[in-house]
Amino acid sequence: MSNKVQIQSSVNGEIVDFLCDPQETLLDVLRNRLSLTGTKEGCATGDCGACSVLLDGRLTCSCLVLGVEAVDKEITTIEGISEKDGLHPIQRKFLERAALQCGICTPGLIVATKALLEKHKDPDEETIRYWLAGNLCRCTGYDKIVRAVQDAAKELSYEA
Amino acid sequence: MAEAVDYKIIGERPVRPDGVDKVTGRAQYGADLSLPNTLIGSVLRSPHAHARIKSIDVTAALSMQGVYAAITSEDFASPDGEVGGEAAGSASDLAKNVMATDKVLYHGHAVAAIAASTKEIADLALDAIVVEYDVLEPVLDIDEAMKDTAPLLDPDCYTQNLPEKAEKPSNIASVMQLSGGNLEEGFAAADIIVEGEYNIPMAHQGYIEPHACTATVNEAGQATVWCCTQGHFEFRSMTAALLGMNIADLKFIASEIGGGFGGKTVVYLEPVAVLLSKIAGRPVKMTMSREEVFRATGPTSGTHCKVKVGAKKDGTLTAASAWLAYEAGAFAGAPMGPGAMCIFAPYKLENFFVEAFDVLVNKPKVAAYRAPGAPQSAHAMEIALDDLARELEMDPIDLRLKNAVQEGDQATYGPKFPRIGFKECLEAAKNHPNYKTALEEGTGRGVSAGFWFNVGMQSSAEVHVNENGTVTLVEGNPDIGGSRASMCIMASETLGIEYESIRAMIGDTESTGFSNVTGGSRTTFATGMAVVQACEDIIAQCKARAAVTWGVDEDQVEWQDGQAIPAPGVNADVKPLSLADIASQAHKTGGPLLGRASLNAQGPGPSFAVNICDLKVDQETGKVDVTAFTAIQDAGKAIHPDYVEGQMQGGTSQGLGWALNEEYIFDANGVMENAGFLDYRIPVASDLPMIDCHIVEVPNPTHPFGVRGVGETPIVTPLAAAANAVRDATGVRINDLPLSPPKILEALDGND
Repeated sequence: MSNKVQIQSSVNGEIVDFLCDPQETLLDVLRNRLSLTGTKEGCATGDCGACSVLLDGRLTCSCLVLGVEAVDKEITTIEGISEKDGLHPIQRKFLERAALQCGICTPGLIVATKALLEKHKDPDEETIRYWLAGNLCRCTGYDKIVRAVQDAAKELSYEA
Repeated sequence: MAEAVDYKIIGERPVRPDGVDKVTGRAQYGADLSLPNTLIGSVLRSPHAHARIKSIDVTAALSMQGVYAAITSEDFASPDGEVGGEAAGSASDLAKNVMATDKVLYHGHAVAAIAASTKEIADLALDAIVVEYDVLEPVLDIDEAMKDTAPLLDPDCYTQNLPEKAEKPSNIASVMQLSGGNLEEGFAAADIIVEGEYNIPMAHQGYIEPHACTATVNEAGQATVWCCTQGHFEFRSMTAALLGMNIADLKFIASEIGGGFGGKTVVYLEPVAVLLSKIAGRPVKMTMSREEVFRATGPTSGTHCKVKVGAKKDGTLTAASAWLAYEAGAFAGAPMGPGAMCIFAPYKLENFFVEAFDVLVNKPKVAAYRAPGAPQSAHAMEIALDDLARELEMDPIDLRLKNAVQEGDQATYGPKFPRIGFKECLEAAKNHPNYKTALEEGTGRGVSAGFWFNVGMQSSAEVHVNENGTVTLVEGNPDIGGSRASMCIMASETLGIEYESIRAMIGDTESTGFSNVTGGSRTTFATGMAVVQACEDIIAQCKARAAVTWGVDEDQVEWQDGQAIPAPGVNADVKPLSLADIASQAHKTGGPLLGRASLNAQGPGPSFAVNICDLKVDQETGKVDVTAFTAIQDAGKAIHPDYVEGQMQGGTSQGLGWALNEEYIFDANGVMENAGFLDYRIPVASDLPMIDCHIVEVPNPTHPFGVRGVGETPIVTPLAAAANAVRDATGVRINDLPLSPPKILEALDGND
């Protein structure tokens, strides 16, 4: 009865093979088949951004992509953001700025921030707010998140 | 003003101890646990807002391959009495909300549940359950619900707290009254009277993490439940009551929690998962969809309020009255009590009368939401005061200052106020640059004030000193917004050791003492107090160990800067002993160091807030843009100011969402039409400006460091602040929320 499909893709730099049902979302594949539970489900309709990943470098809601669509794609999840020698500057700035309270939206916001800062080295506040408008946070009112992103942009531009 | 106290770490902003796991995706939330051999649980929900259940047949579903259990309300116990802590309510109503019995009372009400090997099979099995309904007329409007002629949700519901016993049943579950002085005389003494009528629709807490749990029950009937909850001990009590289980057979482990705001203080899934697991003999995992969260969990009450306020020409209030009707949803328990007690609390008022109603309607049963009941009633009063200030041509902050309560004043809800910081908040607002900045053309400014009681309640804490002098704190309050950091700061300050040497963990129901929910703005206050006392227990033990080591009496030892030293005048040629020194030798001086404390905290200390809101109204589209916002609040003492500001900013954001956009929209059949984040639009980053915070610190005398709870007050004020700013920007007063573009356009058109 199974009509599962075998898929190969690259997740956080590693080639992975998985079986998935044709209707299964990438989010469910990541969480349930690859045990990468850092990517969260908040709505499953593409409205909250908690499931944000990078798909071939592009910011994407993994709940809106099918697992079978991930074939031969490069996927970056929150588990792939840290660097060899520790936290990525974005992660560190989120901590230093207390840009999280409950933390459930944090993985998605960090992934979204990575996509933003790869595109805009020195974004102004408005750019940051519009880039992150797809990532809902109910705890913080976004103030400290925006400041963390500003700090991260500054630090990354010094590093560059 | 606040005394200046020199603290070493209190008031600093260190990184939270659980932070790294939360920025790397390691932290485990409600839906992140997967046990081997787990089944998926799913709930069948009512397609009607009001109907009698004639029959439920699960046989076809149960016969499907891959289906292991099917349950209905018949599988639950029939509890009576009350259950729960801060959100205490009727156990019978809670049971009927978790699984409908004879009637369904809202669209989305649970009627049956399935455990199956996959989500797909579970969904197919739900479709195979046959339910016969006798559809009844839904009661959706609060004013209609209160009429004698309205269809009844519960024919056994007789209005409680009436002077005489009700003769016939009603949708009004209970009434309450508060009064003082002589209302008639008060209004007769007024030079000016303002009044208004205000409507606010239901709104949802909107936590980003849907409810989720995993339960496993062994052959001896012992259950373990992992879930996202604001209080695992109370979830245990509720689950035990609903299933007729011994609490000793239930172990609850709180996962990390992805927001709650009051909405995760009651069970929905947990008893269902335990029952399914018990029948199936395998672990059962349940997660709600976002749609289920909207349709079947905790909104807060929609309200209809009327307020009348009288004042002298100089602004002195002479009398005020309020009529407050709160939607309970399907079962009694709207927060009309706190709404009634909060409405006039910030003001000196001798003559007043408040009447409040808890009204059943065919909508989801309301749950606590941040300062439950207060935002709705404060919205009415703070608009009335704004109207009053306009008519008197008085500064709205001056009007509030003229009537503000202070220590020793009689609160309209009963007690005399202890030390409070309301005037300090008002003065801070008046002097704030935001208040002094000139407004741009087309922009308006609104001011409002608010109050919340805060609660104390029960907490436990333990301090384990490791053999190298580092410390593990164990407490029982899920960390919903950085409380581990606050606990570690308070322990660091008390013990005199480095913040980094301390780790905090949230114990499960079998590994630490009972603690009430993380709610009521109580955690930093009450659990913090338990942590401080547990640290003091350690200090006492360390002094005893030092005394043994030095061969002196215990009272000849003092604790200073994290070490035992001989008391002044004690003639002992010894080196100070640090916590690490004592811990490393503990095996020689009496064994491991374990401190503990448990308490029922008293004197939480009310917290007041004042908001300044600047916004712009687009005259063509009716869209509102908040251009500047300042939140001012008395925190008593901010242990970790970032997380105090975080509460203020988050409460502001929720309050502004409620003021400007958020509402439950029902069709004529009682079906919520916007059960998703696209249509129930909570504020996104581009909707808000930076939210400026000013923390006032008037210490709460009952807490060792002066803490007042801060989590709830921030949502009390933004509703009226935004409404008053819209009035200022447009010249038109709109008494109803949300101030969404259609409503604003309609009001602007009516004004032409």
